[in-house]
Amino acid sequence: MTESPVEDSTPAAAPLVVLSNVNKHYGALHVLQDIDLEIRQGEVVVLIGPSGSGKSTLCRTINRLETIDSGTITLSGRPLPAEGRELAKLRAEVGMVFQSFNLFAHKTVLENVVLAQVKVRKVLRSHAEKTARELLDRVGVGAQADKYPAQLSGGQQQRVAIARALAMKPKVMLFDEPTSALDPEMVNEVLEVMRQLAADGMTMVVVTHEMGFARSAANRVLFMADGKIVEQDTPDAFFTAPRSDRAKDFLSKILHH
Amino acid sequence: MGFLFEQDNFALFRDGFLQTIELSALSALLALLLGTLLAAFRVSPVPVLRAFGTTWVTLFRNTPLTLLFFAVTFGLPPLGVHFSHLTFAVLALGGYTASFVCEVIRSGINTVPLGQAEAARSLGMNFFQTLSLVILPQATRTVLGPMSSVFIALPRNSAIAGAFSVGELYSAQQTFSERGYSIFSIFFWVACAYLLISATVASLFRFLESRLAVAR
Ligand SMILES: Nc1ncnc2c1ncn2[C@@H]1O[C@H](COP(=O)(O)OP(=O)(O)OP(=O)(O)O)[C@@H](O)[C@H]1O
Ligand SMILES: [Mg+2]
Repeated sequence: MTESPVEDSTPAAAPLVVLSNVNKHYGALHVLQDIDLEIRQGEVVVLIGPSGSGKSTLCRTINRLETIDSGTITLSGRPLPAEGRELAKLRAEVGMVFQSFNLFAHKTVLENVVLAQVKVRKVLRSHAEKTARELLDRVGVGAQADKYPAQLSGGQQQRVAIARALAMKPKVMLFDEPTSALDPEMVNEVLEVMRQLAADGMTMVVVTHEMGFARSAANRVLFMADGKIVEQDTPDAFFTAPRSDRAKDFLSKILHH
Repeated sequence: MGFLFEQDNFALFRDGFLQTIELSALSALLALLLGTLLAAFRVSPVPVLRAFGTTWVTLFRNTPLTLLFFAVTFGLPPLGVHFSHLTFAVLALGGYTASFVCEVIRSGINTVPLGQAEAARSLGMNFFQTLSLVILPQATRTVLGPMSSVFIALPRNSAIAGAFSVGELYSAQQTFSERGYSIFSIFFWVACAYLLISATVASLFRFLESRLAVAR
């Protein structure tokens, strides 16, 4: 990413993603309750909170993998389209990285990164391959380009998944627990790629329990519980002096084991 | 056994055999295309299409094939639809087999992890791109086994067309019976012919399976 240099990480005012008064239910369960959230260009937001608090759901509403019941979500000032071609176009602008990688199992690593460029962005194949190789090199898996996902380690697969999302030149990247499915020794190689991405100015929403990453890369930490954003602050302030009891309780649990 | 080589018997048998192959091949093609389309309907986000797919499958899978032949051959002409007997037979047999193909493909689609479709959608692929580029190629391998059963049954099911004025293999058998040849020798040859067709279909699927087995 060459768009904005590291110095810009205290980002400009323009909010890129805005959620206002967002509500969502799963039957009787009120998973997202009056969520208001503004994410500025170049900002790195880390979402933490207990299991079932709605972090994944919130993350997935931003590219409309989950629909919402009420409220509005805008990207670059435009409301998310409900469906069809417009929605597909929006999704291409919002990169998503999943806990379970979800690489296309029947395609080689290179093809995984090429496919949507050609089919969605209508990029020339030769050009798409060039982009794919550059991105694969950048995340450190260039040598694996011709292998199938199943032949790679989890850490390698997740880095390919990041490259695949980046190939669409997204405005914002969503990460839903990108390192939770990894063996401990592979966590860092993925976090390192993400740190680099953050330093390069990518706007990121990251659901993670990696406090080291949150401290070193995030501009803001959001603490969610029971479908609400209970507390938000800079990582330093949040981790050293959480204000709410829920956050204190949660931090004491994850920091002491 | 030798009756086959008397008079014009061989020509009759050969024509029946070719007609069975033509009927089966056309029906198989229709079933494959229509079945895939119906499966796409059944997993689509559009409720009307889903309902259409479900109705089709319920109707065609649960109606005896003979009844479908009746419905097509005698039901369509009064509605102003006039085709050859062969075309009617292809419609009945293809529509019937499509319902099975649909269910085989749909169960294959269900074996592909949900995350694959989510990843495709998150990259901006639309429903048809997701299905054709990501889901169906991965469903193909699990689908081949059950699919081969469907397509091995098809030529045998095509025998019903003989009762609806299609000069296929089974109707050749009827003609031979009327000419007074021994039932045993007639059935011997007819059975051989069906066996040949089934065996060919089966080995075609085995070939496909072995091809796809290495592709990953
Ligand atoms: N498709 C669904 N249908 C019904 N309930 C759901 C569905 N998806 C999630 N939920 C419920 O919604 C709540 C929030 O889920 P979500 O996955 O957003 O939580 P989370 O904060 O990401 O948790 P975790 O840390 O375990 O991933 C949970 O109680 C979950 O059981
Ligand atoms: Mg989650």
